[in-house]
Amino acid sequence: MDMEQWLYSLPARLRVLFRSNQVEREMKEELREHLEMQIRGNIAKGMPPPVARRSAMLTMGGLPQIEQQCRDARGASLIGDFVQDTRYGFRQLFRSPGFSALALLCLTLGIGANAAVFSWIEGILFRPYPAVVHQERLFALAGTARGESDPGELSWPDFQDVRRDCSLCDQAFVSKITGSTLSIGDHAETARGSIVSANYFDAIGVRPVLGRGFEAGEDNGSDAHPVVVISYQLWRDRYKSDPEIIGKTQRFNNVPHAIIGVAPEGFHGTFVGWAIQFWVPTSMEATFESGGYKLEERDARWIEAFVRLKPGVSRTQAQQEISAIARRLETSYPASNRGRGIGIWPLWQTPFNHARTMLPTLGFMVVVVAFVLLIACANVGNLLLVRSFARRHEMSIRLAIGASRLRLTKQLLTEGLLLSAIGTAGGLLVAYWCRHALVLLLPTRSGVAMYLPGEIDARVMVMSAGICMLVTLLVGVIPAFHARDLDLAGPLKAESAGVVGARGRTWLRSSLVVLQVCLSFLLVVGAALLLESLEKIRSTSPGFTTKSVVTAGVSLVAAGYDVPRAKIFQDELIDRLNALSGVESAAFASVTPLGYGTFSETPIAIDGYRPSLEEQPSVEYNQVGPGYFTTLGIPLVSGREFERSDNESAPLVAIVNRAMVMRYWAGEDPVGRRLQVKGGWARVVGVAADSKYESMREATKPFFYVPLRQEFVRGAALNIRTSQPVASIRAALVREVQALDENLALSEMITLQEQVNRSTSPQLVAVTLVSILGGLALLLAGIGLYGVISYAVAQSRRELGLRMALGAGGANLIRLVISRGLRLTGAGVIFGMVAALILTRLLGPLLYGVNPHDPLIFGLALLVMTTTALAACLFPAWRASRTDPARVLRD
Amino acid sequence: MSKPSDLVQGTLDMLILKIVALEPLNGWAISQRLKQISSDVLGVSDGSLYPALHKLERRGWIRAQWKPSENNRRAKFYLLTRLGRKQLEKETANWNRVSSAISGIVQLKEA
Repeated sequence: MDMEQWLYSLPARLRVLFRSNQVEREMKEELREHLEMQIRGNIAKGMPPPVARRSAMLTMGGLPQIEQQCRDARGASLIGDFVQDTRYGFRQLFRSPGFSALALLCLTLGIGANAAVFSWIEGILFRPYPAVVHQERLFALAGTARGESDPGELSWPDFQDVRRDCSLCDQAFVSKITGSTLSIGDHAETARGSIVSANYFDAIGVRPVLGRGFEAGEDNGSDAHPVVVISYQLWRDRYKSDPEIIGKTQRFNNVPHAIIGVAPEGFHGTFVGWAIQFWVPTSMEATFESGGYKLEERDARWIEAFVRLKPGVSRTQAQQEISAIARRLETSYPASNRGRGIGIWPLWQTPFNHARTMLPTLGFMVVVVAFVLLIACANVGNLLLVRSFARRHEMSIRLAIGASRLRLTKQLLTEGLLLSAIGTAGGLLVAYWCRHALVLLLPTRSGVAMYLPGEIDARVMVMSAGICMLVTLLVGVIPAFHARDLDLAGPLKAESAGVVGARGRTWLRSSLVVLQVCLSFLLVVGAALLLESLEKIRSTSPGFTTKSVVTAGVSLVAAGYDVPRAKIFQDELIDRLNALSGVESAAFASVTPLGYGTFSETPIAIDGYRPSLEEQPSVEYNQVGPGYFTTLGIPLVSGREFERSDNESAPLVAIVNRAMVMRYWAGEDPVGRRLQVKGGWARVVGVAADSKYESMREATKPFFYVPLRQEFVRGAALNIRTSQPVASIRAALVREVQALDENLALSEMITLQEQVNRSTSPQLVAVTLVSILGGLALLLAGIGLYGVISYAVAQSRRELGLRMALGAGGANLIRLVISRGLRLTGAGVIFGMVAALILTRLLGPLLYGVNPHDPLIFGLALLVMTTTALAACLFPAWRASRTDPARVLRD
Repeated sequence: MSKPSDLVQGTLDMLILKIVALEPLNGWAISQRLKQISSDVLGVSDGSLYPALHKLERRGWIRAQWKPSENNRRAKFYLLTRLGRKQLEKETANWNRVSSAISGIVQLKEA
């Protein structure tokens, strides 16, 4: 249609759209006028009035048909019909409020669950940093090492080289999470911070609302630039929005920092899992990180960084260039870089924040919520089907008076759209309320809650709208499909649906219920498997005592202790603690197992062990104080525990674990043999039992221990074996620490069991979510089954009455109805079992020590489904047994 | 419902445009004029006239105006628009071309 034509036709179209009533009235008036003229003409020809009228009507043809043809000719159909159908749909909704409420509840929950999971995926995996520009081009930058599966960190010099040489990168910046005790006035608490490169705020496009960001050069030099940018929240809550804040001084880890800027509201840094409260330049690294000044060391790897690629550059292209840079570094600096690569990862696979731990859980959730949505759709479809039976009369009449089947289908789809649109609106509300819910499932750590926000943006909206369309088709098409075999004589014939038979028209409804049962069964099995895994993980012994051992950190680094002072302090504190009545033993250790610290790793050599050519034996170890094994309850298989006398002036010693004995000494007792650690030779004095070190899910691996005094760490954590509750032992510890030094702060104190529980929080999240959604699915499936059975009972009142009149008792009828329900459930469970046998294997990364085909769990799920089915059938069955034969047969 | 022959179906639009081009008329008058002009040969039923009128109105070729008819009752009169006039010219030219070609063929003498 050309422009002119469009312009000329506009008035008529607009009239049809906005003045439809008037247009309709005028059309009728025009046709009536025509008829009048025809009748007059006929009378003028000498016909008597009644004959004249009949003849005129015959000449004209059926008025309703002409009217419909005129409407079609005006092209009112598309939008006009839609408006009309929508109005009609609303009336239908209000006519049966019970039905509407139930259908909308199902859809709201189904769509809401999907929207919530999408918002989490959007907010945690795809667009985790709302205030940061061009996140779609942002990639995580990390180091790799030959023979290691997990990416690690980079050194500052390596990072600088990548930043300088990467021509496809727009920006490269450091963002390394750290923490600090923050004291303002007399109130002290833990704060989360980031160590960043000087270009950080410019690179991510975030402007401080007060003051400035970092300037070029502020990220270099040892402790050269004690400046800090604080978050908006910190400024508002802790500094009471002080407008004169810029230039004031705040101590972080006991080093005074000048506050130079306040970040804008809503900017929470670039770390998935925590809201960052302050930012310091990399030059201040030694104040926040253990291990001293590292900016000039190429083998000190601690940098976590991001790159933003130039527009149009693919990840593969950038990776090729960065790999080439890494190869050059390997050649130039073989001592530190041999066998090391550098890689980039999309944000949702970022190796160094919680994106990676949440990934399998969220991926699994997508499948689960899709199931829930399908179940909800099946329910609403079923409800609509019931209604379409009730509306058969209306539909037949509309067909008879000239509505086309296409038009009827359109109307049914519009009603489906209305339902799903309201459901989607409700679902988005649900998602909005749930967007911060993920955090509630995770434990708080050191008194700071994690930060895992959902993000409801345009993409989530589009996704939800897409789901809405899909739902419309699913729920609208079912009754429309049904309207297809509607015939005009239908209402005249008696409907003969039996309770027993699932034949004829009920097959569609029955198969929907079978689908629901099948999907619910799958979810119940999945939830049970995850629950059992979690139970297994939390109850499996990690190889050390968890219940009666507590751990806490003492802020020696932050308080500015040097190594000699720290050594004296540690010994004095242990002596004081051992003198307390509630303390059985106490020991410092560099890293607490299953915590957040990472163990040191060193290349080793062993007398009598000849490694193959490619093998460079390298083993993780921990620096532990005297009494560590007694305190944690790790049994010694042979030899002795470390003692006070194993100090810096004594010969080097080590304790190895069983796995290491099996691997490097072929199972022979190595006590008295030598082990080379970091170039020095240590004598093995003991063998400890194997235990878990970094994760409950790890396989048994070689590991060894050296005395803390022989490789000293100021930031070592304190472990105490005690029979007393955490609160009282904490009070005692605070007392003893304060007695030694009033300026020292204690970090959060927790039992090792709590530490184990925290390390399994992703599993806990998965279990909780799947249990909630599985329960929801079960409820929906129960409603679906109830609907089908009670409808079947209502439809076959005659049959039931007849059976009763012929002598069947109430119990017979109850059995009849329930057996129908159980047959549907049985069919669903069989399909569900087949599907579960195939699908539960996909749960792999979330399962622990559980057979994905555990017959016990399948049996349990069967029991749950059967109970649900019985509960759903009970009421309809009871109603069937109360059928009054006399009344039914009379009707 | 009687349907006009296929030929007329295609040319009904043109006839209506032509009739309305002469003077603005209401539906009844147009139907009478159609019958007069074509001496009932075309057999356009009133049933197909009104949908055709509504279609032409929607296309913007004619527009409607309510005014008193001969017997002083309110009636819907149809007027040709500028776009309708163009369309009429186009269709008339088309018709002339086709009909002269067809009559040329029909009048060929059989050998």
